[in-house]
Amino acid sequence: MGRIKTIARRTFLIGSAAIVGGVAFGYYAYKKPIANPLLDDLADGAAAITPYVLIDQNGITLITPRTDVGQGAYSVQAALIAEELDVRLNQVNVDPGTPSAAYYNGKVAFEGFPLAATDSSYIAQKGRIMGDVAGKLLGLQLTGGSSTVSDAYEKLRMAGAVARATLLAAAAQKTYIDVTDLKTRDGAVLFPDGSTISYLELAPVAATIEPVTEISLKPESEWRYLGKDMQRLDIVSKSTGTQSYGIDVVMDGMVFATVRTNPRRGDMISYDDTAAKNMRGVNNIVPITGGIGVIADNTWRAFQAAHAVEFNWGPAPYPKTTDDMWAVVGDSFTKKLQDSQFTDDGDVDEALAVADVLEAEYRIPYLAHAPLEPMTATVLLTDIRLDIWTATQIPRFMQANAAKLTGLDVDDVHIHVLMSGGSFGRRLEDDYVLQAVEIAQTIKGTPVKMTWQREQDMTHDFPRPMQMSRARGAVKDGQVDALDLGIAAQSVTASQIGRVGLPVAGPDMMIVAGAWDQPFSIPNYRVTGFRVPEMVPVSSWRSVGASGNGFLHDCFLDELIHVAGADPLEERIRLCWHEPSRKVLEAVGEMSNWGSKMGPNRGRGVAFTLSFGVPVAEVIEVTNTADGIRIDKAYVAAEVGRVMDPVNFDNQVQGGLIWGLSHAIYGALTFDDGMPEQDNYDTYEVMRMYQTPEIIVRGLENSDQIRGIGEPPVPPAAPALANAIFATTGKRIRELPLIKHIDFV
Amino acid sequence: MQLSVNGNSYDVDVEDDMPLLWVLRDELGIHGPKYGCGIAQCGACTVHIDGESVRSCSYAVGDVDGEITTIEGLGTPDALHAVQQAWITHQVAQCGYCQSGQIMEAAAFLATNINPTDTDIDDAMSANLCRCGTYPRIRVAIKSAAATLRGA
Repeated sequence: MGRIKTIARRTFLIGSAAIVGGVAFGYYAYKKPIANPLLDDLADGAAAITPYVLIDQNGITLITPRTDVGQGAYSVQAALIAEELDVRLNQVNVDPGTPSAAYYNGKVAFEGFPLAATDSSYIAQKGRIMGDVAGKLLGLQLTGGSSTVSDAYEKLRMAGAVARATLLAAAAQKTYIDVTDLKTRDGAVLFPDGSTISYLELAPVAATIEPVTEISLKPESEWRYLGKDMQRLDIVSKSTGTQSYGIDVVMDGMVFATVRTNPRRGDMISYDDTAAKNMRGVNNIVPITGGIGVIADNTWRAFQAAHAVEFNWGPAPYPKTTDDMWAVVGDSFTKKLQDSQFTDDGDVDEALAVADVLEAEYRIPYLAHAPLEPMTATVLLTDIRLDIWTATQIPRFMQANAAKLTGLDVDDVHIHVLMSGGSFGRRLEDDYVLQAVEIAQTIKGTPVKMTWQREQDMTHDFPRPMQMSRARGAVKDGQVDALDLGIAAQSVTASQIGRVGLPVAGPDMMIVAGAWDQPFSIPNYRVTGFRVPEMVPVSSWRSVGASGNGFLHDCFLDELIHVAGADPLEERIRLCWHEPSRKVLEAVGEMSNWGSKMGPNRGRGVAFTLSFGVPVAEVIEVTNTADGIRIDKAYVAAEVGRVMDPVNFDNQVQGGLIWGLSHAIYGALTFDDGMPEQDNYDTYEVMRMYQTPEIIVRGLENSDQIRGIGEPPVPPAAPALANAIFATTGKRIRELPLIKHIDFV
Repeated sequence: MQLSVNGNSYDVDVEDDMPLLWVLRDELGIHGPKYGCGIAQCGACTVHIDGESVRSCSYAVGDVDGEITTIEGLGTPDALHAVQQAWITHQVAQCGYCQSGQIMEAAAFLATNINPTDTDIDDAMSANLCRCGTYPRIRVAIKSAAATLRGA
């Protein structure tokens, strides 16, 4: 090992830079730097100034460890680094890097603490720091919770700034020109005489000096990329069919595989592969956990053989039918199963004892993620190492689980993160990868590309939980006076985090997210979570708890406002104590010309949900035609502190709204005989272009909290549509999907 | 069996009932067409046969009688088709997985109608699904591509 590497191994990290910036934490294990993973394979003369910037013979590579599942994570991470490093995005490589504790997510863990995003008290601030500590201690490299931008906003800009300052110092050392006389421009240091030296040429010197951590970040007024329309880095490849996804991996000598496992999620009692194993191209059929894997010379031949295997499946470890499951959910509103009650303002019992009480029960179904690229992984296993190529949001958990499965050391498991054809939370699980590893264990030394059939995907999802709410409320003097909302749901956190092997304790805030933490000053206001016993294993689905609670909370609020005789928008604004939230309500009112006449058979609804720290208000306009409801127009106002890329912001908001509407109208995963009744897009319908309204988007920047926009537009979509249907038809629909109760055109 | 794909001729030894998609992907290594559903419900696998769009996941290779064009043959990063250029200009893609199919559907549709109304666009494109919800941008990009094709 050369000297350069030894010196660089002193691992100056962004953590050190953060301390200069005034953030210091009193925990030794937290302060201790984590080794920079880029230094492990560094060639002499190459520099890895921070874990996010690598300069070697291939040029400048920016490491973007949050997975791109379509939300544009690679582009925004690269832009944050490039802004301070002073490079053009078309002159750098972007790479997700090697999974490492250095790439921990300091923001996502805090969602687990019972602190409302609007709470800026000392305890809440402390709790958010605890989230960062937890994230670092756990080495939590995870993409989710709309946390990429909030986590990266300072961290990656500092990484770019440290790298730039170090390159400037290297130039000063090399030339004996005072560093204050040097500037940078587009990947080069500029000397006073107008000559330049590229970062590439400076890398060998930069690698020998200690990274400069006395840095300051550019003021926003000097931003060249952030806050302005950007071109996504992957836009050309994704418009020309040249983008390679997990499913497109090709390796020498590779075989193709698929699996079939018990659609009841139980054991496989027996199987008969007599016909299947003699089919053309079939190499082997092997038992795996809960089913079989088929290895063949072509994916379709593997699919065909998998269909030809006959199975005797064991029973489901949960109730057999959706009706049976509803009975379990309905029986969960008990003191024993009470999980949380973090909102309990005024005296709800007294307020409801005297008044005319409005009562309602709401239901929402299990929902599949069904990203368009099915689950797939390519695996090469030998006696000494395991390589996995796949799209994943949890590379480090996967690495640990694969090590456990194979008996290899974690360091001998190499995860190569690939572009993902959608996820919506599905790739926060690693079940499909472990199946591919099980298959690879039977054919060591040969790369195996395992692809799920859509039917396997839809019937083996970890869905969004089905939920029920029981709500009571009352009005007084034309105003909402009491709202008592009980929500019963399985715990996503216990189910999901349990599978990745982390301990889970205390209440699950996801049962009540998007309901308990809404910024309304209703005089008597109580939100109680009840934990439904585990049935079908559940997981995070775009906007997680808020995805359903937005509907449960906002629609019942809408009911009370109508009983009070108040205006739906005015009363929400009156009740809202949180200024950034009130401003999105006011904005959407102005955008939609709220209150203007709409003509016969037309109406509008408004809904509001604050989730992941982002207040979002949506107005939807509909027409009640002879053939059903037509969605005409939608307006969305969202507050994220600072819009990083207006183009992608617009795209994410539109996509989130469409995702919310699509599942509100059609989405349901129902069960019979322990098996999902929907197994492809013909039965799990989704919204199509002809149903898509015109969508008008406005991003607000009134808050000092920088937030992500991937999930928050989802929760208000369903209630805005249901409230619009009520306003237009007088029909209050309290169950999703809406198509069960009303037609759409 | 002889196939002509993007102007190249291939000899493949496969069953007649193998869907064209899997011949393209696993036998010829042409990965632009994607597998999404396998039952012609999503359109991610859309290719052209003699200029007409077909769902290659449900089109038996033995039934192919014509020149196959995949997105790789429509245009390349250095020589973009007008539809691809519009998709880039209007930044349609999010995850991008459906977009090869969307672009091939749009290209086949615009070849027969370069002055489409909103209803024409909705009718032509509603069999291609997008889970990310890029429909509003697809609409705008198709109008923009149509203008280019008209020479406007």
